[in-house]
Amino acid sequence: MQTFDLSKSSLRELNATLHAQKASTNQTAWEIANPRGHHAIAVGLDAPIEVTVKGSTGYYCAGMNKQATVVVKGSAGPGVAENMMSGTVIVEGDASQYAGATGNGGLLVIKGNASSRCGISMKGIDIVVYGNIGHMSAFMAQSGNLVVLGDAGDALGDSLYEARLFVRGSVKSLGADCIEKEMRPEHLEILRELIERSGAPARPEEFKRYGSARRLYNFHIDNASAY
Amino acid sequence: MCGIVGLFLKDRSLEPRLGALLTEMLVTMTDRGPDSAGIAIFGSDADDEGKLTVQSADPARDFAGLAEALGEAVGAAVTLEQKDSHAVLRMPLGALGAARAALGELRPGVRVMSAGDIIEIYKEVGLPKDVAARFEVSKMSGRHGIGHTRMATESAVTTMGAHPFSTGPDQCLVHNGSLSNHNGLRRELKREGMRFETENDTEVAAAYLSHKLDQGLSLGAALEAGLEDLDGFYTFVVGTKDGFGVVRDPIACKPAVMAETDQYVAFGSEYRALVNLPGIETARVWEPEPATVYFWNH
Repeated sequence: MQTFDLSKSSLRELNATLHAQKASTNQTAWEIANPRGHHAIAVGLDAPIEVTVKGSTGYYCAGMNKQATVVVKGSAGPGVAENMMSGTVIVEGDASQYAGATGNGGLLVIKGNASSRCGISMKGIDIVVYGNIGHMSAFMAQSGNLVVLGDAGDALGDSLYEARLFVRGSVKSLGADCIEKEMRPEHLEILRELIERSGAPARPEEFKRYGSARRLYNFHIDNASAY
Repeated sequence: MCGIVGLFLKDRSLEPRLGALLTEMLVTMTDRGPDSAGIAIFGSDADDEGKLTVQSADPARDFAGLAEALGEAVGAAVTLEQKDSHAVLRMPLGALGAARAALGELRPGVRVMSAGDIIEIYKEVGLPKDVAARFEVSKMSGRHGIGHTRMATESAVTTMGAHPFSTGPDQCLVHNGSLSNHNGLRRELKREGMRFETENDTEVAAAYLSHKLDQGLSLGAALEAGLEDLDGFYTFVVGTKDGFGVVRDPIACKPAVMAETDQYVAFGSEYRALVNLPGIETARVWEPEPATVYFWNH
């Protein structure tokens, strides 16, 4: 186990050290002490390493993550795991605004609540939130899965493309072009797999599925003369 | 951007440390607002005493003999305690209105930062650590306080453009965001008799709330009304004689984190601002909901 104390070394040194880890590194386990809400902790990682942050983080923790597993033993500020490509990010506490925004891949698990704009413009990432999510979540979400064990705030999935949204609790309101959809066997299978990977205390049958009505973004031949 | 910090003490034994705790929180928010900084401290109530906190660009000239001249004008004992470019004028509470009017005649260059029973506001252009040091904020005690670090967008970087804004007795407001309907609202409030010192959007929000309070609304009701009437981006923290309120606009993209323990309620634009507070490790930490009014009273 390698330990890095942010009260003694700089954030830049930390990220440079983590960036220097190659796929073949033997130093696979890292612990970061005294994060104290710093911004951009463990951003841009690209190696199969496991990083544990012992406390709460500020903006953009684990952004652009590839391959690595980052565990935040506290709450995360805005933009956690923003534009993640692969790997896993686990937040033990709450996450602030736009968690997992624009994520292309990987798994983001938030064990507390996520606030507004969770999964905004997600492009393939899987997000599992044990608690609630705030308003405008999954706005313009393109692909991937958002699984919420609690409730969703206003305007869920506004202007949604092809991301799948699964909510166990209530949805305060649906955004434009987002509708409840039938839960088919293949969706239960996706949920079962995500619940297993994230360790979420839930069963697939408890969720409802929401998705795009495909009225906003699809080309309609009837409208051809308008172009 | 801008940074906001606020601290409302429940445990009176922390009161001597209010200024020190707030200073530390304020300096942490320097990245969010390096232009100017300000702080409002609500101290303890000294019976019949009232205070004006004033500022001058030429304190040596303006503050010399001011206490005596004001005392003569209002027919009461006035004392002056200078702190750098600011001074606290203490007098019987009943003399505050007359003193404020006389001040305009006696020293036209002097600006009133705050007026009331307990409030003191200090604000200046410069880095938060320098501003806090100039006014020795860390030595101040009090029951609650609010601080602001400014990155200017809607008006010039000047002392008067810095926050907190105070538009009523023992009232102040700080703001992260920008209002889009402040010009129209300012015109309406002027017609209602409110006075403005700047072209700043935040001053309009402060005056709006003061006007609602004048009309007899509670602070909670005034903030609820503001959700209807104020258009734009905002996270506001408001201080009054008895308490401390927080409200965010319905979109809530301006950040806010709160922490509560048995000893205090704290506000920060970011969690970083709260990390040195006593017992923060076990505090209840949460993000205030959009379009929801929060308020704590002593």
